[in-house]
Amino acid sequence: MSQTTGKPILEVNDLRTYFYTRDGVVRSVDGVSFSVSEGETLAIVGESGCGKSVTSLSILRLIASPPGKIVAGSIRFHGEDLLGFSDEQMRDIRGDKISMIFQEPMTSLNPVLTIGRQIGEVLELHRQCTKEEVRRRILELLKMVNIPEPESRIDEYPHQLSGGMRQRIMIAMALACDPEILIADEPTTALDVTIQAQILNLMRELRDRTRAAIILITHDLGVVAEMAQRVVVMYAGRKVEEANVFDLFEKPMHPYTLGLLNSMPRLDDAASKRLVEIPGMVPSMRTEIVGCAFAPRCSSASERCTQESPVLKDHGNEHWVACWNPVLVKANV
Amino acid sequence: MSKTANKLLELKNLCKHYPIRKGILSRISGYVHAVDGVSFSIYEGETLGLVGESGCGKSSVGRTILRLMDPSAGEIYWKGERIDQLTRSQIRPYRKEIQAVFQDPYSSLNPRMRAADIVSEPLRNFEKLSQAEGRERVRELFALVGLRPDQMLRYPHEFSGGQRQRLGIARALSVKPKLIMCDEPVSALDVSVQAQVINLLGDLQKEFGVSYLFIAHDLAVVKHISHRIAVMYLGRIVELAETAELFNRPSHPYTEALLSAVPIPDPKHQRKQIVLGGDVPSPINRPSGCHFHTRCIYAQERCKVEEPKLEETSPGHFVACHFKLNT
Repeated sequence: MSQTTGKPILEVNDLRTYFYTRDGVVRSVDGVSFSVSEGETLAIVGESGCGKSVTSLSILRLIASPPGKIVAGSIRFHGEDLLGFSDEQMRDIRGDKISMIFQEPMTSLNPVLTIGRQIGEVLELHRQCTKEEVRRRILELLKMVNIPEPESRIDEYPHQLSGGMRQRIMIAMALACDPEILIADEPTTALDVTIQAQILNLMRELRDRTRAAIILITHDLGVVAEMAQRVVVMYAGRKVEEANVFDLFEKPMHPYTLGLLNSMPRLDDAASKRLVEIPGMVPSMRTEIVGCAFAPRCSSASERCTQESPVLKDHGNEHWVACWNPVLVKANV
Repeated sequence: MSKTANKLLELKNLCKHYPIRKGILSRISGYVHAVDGVSFSIYEGETLGLVGESGCGKSSVGRTILRLMDPSAGEIYWKGERIDQLTRSQIRPYRKEIQAVFQDPYSSLNPRMRAADIVSEPLRNFEKLSQAEGRERVRELFALVGLRPDQMLRYPHEFSGGQRQRLGIARALSVKPKLIMCDEPVSALDVSVQAQVINLLGDLQKEFGVSYLFIAHDLAVVKHISHRIAVMYLGRIVELAETAELFNRPSHPYTEALLSAVPIPDPKHQRKQIVLGGDVPSPINRPSGCHFHTRCIYAQERCKVEEPKLEETSPGHFVACHFKLNT
């Protein structure tokens, strides 16, 4: 596995995306920082509502406003802050330099356009090329994502394809302009395991060939272990831990990360022991959280955790943890 | 699980075909063969896991057992008595013994009913209890599934996903069933909450000896909770064995591929992955012979023409394949 070398392509710094609703301010992303380099896969994990999808939408400036607003932070792409870009400049970035695969391959394709038209649209927008060139490139992309009989599939409609094939089309679309960054938001969650294995294989192959950076958003730690080099764990809109994938699985330091790992039933366990539960549930994002957001569910929470927000600290080897009482023992896996 | 335990439920060659109607006269133009000759038994106090990919017919099996749908063919026995041909009124006593927990905790609870009424509805339906007795039972059930009694008067939208699933479990338990059909009970829940519900189901089984038919697509969850596992592919059971046996010695190529496709949460894990090509074929136009031959890496001529029968290869281990692995 390649180590993270070279300059980061994308640096997200103290990103805060809030939603102003009738019932109050929802702090979906509340001070998140990370970066990705060429050829690197960064996974952002967390449970529903932790702000991982809002983070990815913020990078592409796809947050509906109102009610949403990026209130603070910076998103630097090759050193330039995307938050300062005009809408027109952003349109040149989306789909060309940074592209995205969404979770629902059923709803993110247009049902009344052929898949050829939909993939071609990206090329027509960002590249000056003739109709023949576009068609040739589309066929090339369809072959790249292993669509059988691309010559006939190119004129078909999304409903004629299976879920796995639709996700391949999404990937082909996202890769049409050789993006530098590919954001994949739960790319395999809606798919069956055997199809998931096909798609993950394809993504790995394409990453190695194109050297694109991948930001993989998922809740599945199995997928993380298989794909990522570095992992950011989010909880209630904040980053609680960041480490390379080996450190994170071997010595998770945030009690939440440890809890997640222990609460999962695993295929590689010999005997099935009782699962370790994380008591309680994710806090409501509508009220401002004082102290550590995980404190009410944390077994090692102390007085300080309920009052003071923990700061991210490097525990060596770029292993960042935001916790006053980090776990220092090995996970019992 | 001892084999001397009582057999609760037995399916013999169960089939469920859905007609496809076309044209202005709604003529039947074909059938979706959702369940195509499924046989298995569930014993007292055991959990039978039923796994397979979407569209393999696992939910149709569950719904047919509950008689939410009538089977197209085949027989269903409950404690030795045949129940698939009973009328609606004759089936009522069995409905009490077979309850269900569904996947979506959001749509399987009536949003206009209070939590206590949801949980006690089967009680009102099947047992004659005074109001005070009923309320007491609901209180006990709430405690049993880890809900607070002061939540009894709330409406479903005031509960989180995990709590709603607890309500669904309390409702199923209220009439002390022998078998609970759980159709993807944890797949809509977050990992940390999923563990709570899985543990609860395990605890309740230990306490009451209830059996589960656990239908799910997540193999890790199924492995954790099941004593025996049946693997379905395109309406048929391709393999059935005790959990450890199935995972240690998968004999059907589909089971082998399915197990190898699950990502293991360990970055150092080196897996021998078998990536299946293509997609699950349509249950309308099914492949000939063995349904799996179009994707099977071991397939030979024989598989295209001859349908393999489910055979017992070692005690309790059934496989439907012409070229069984690990035997």
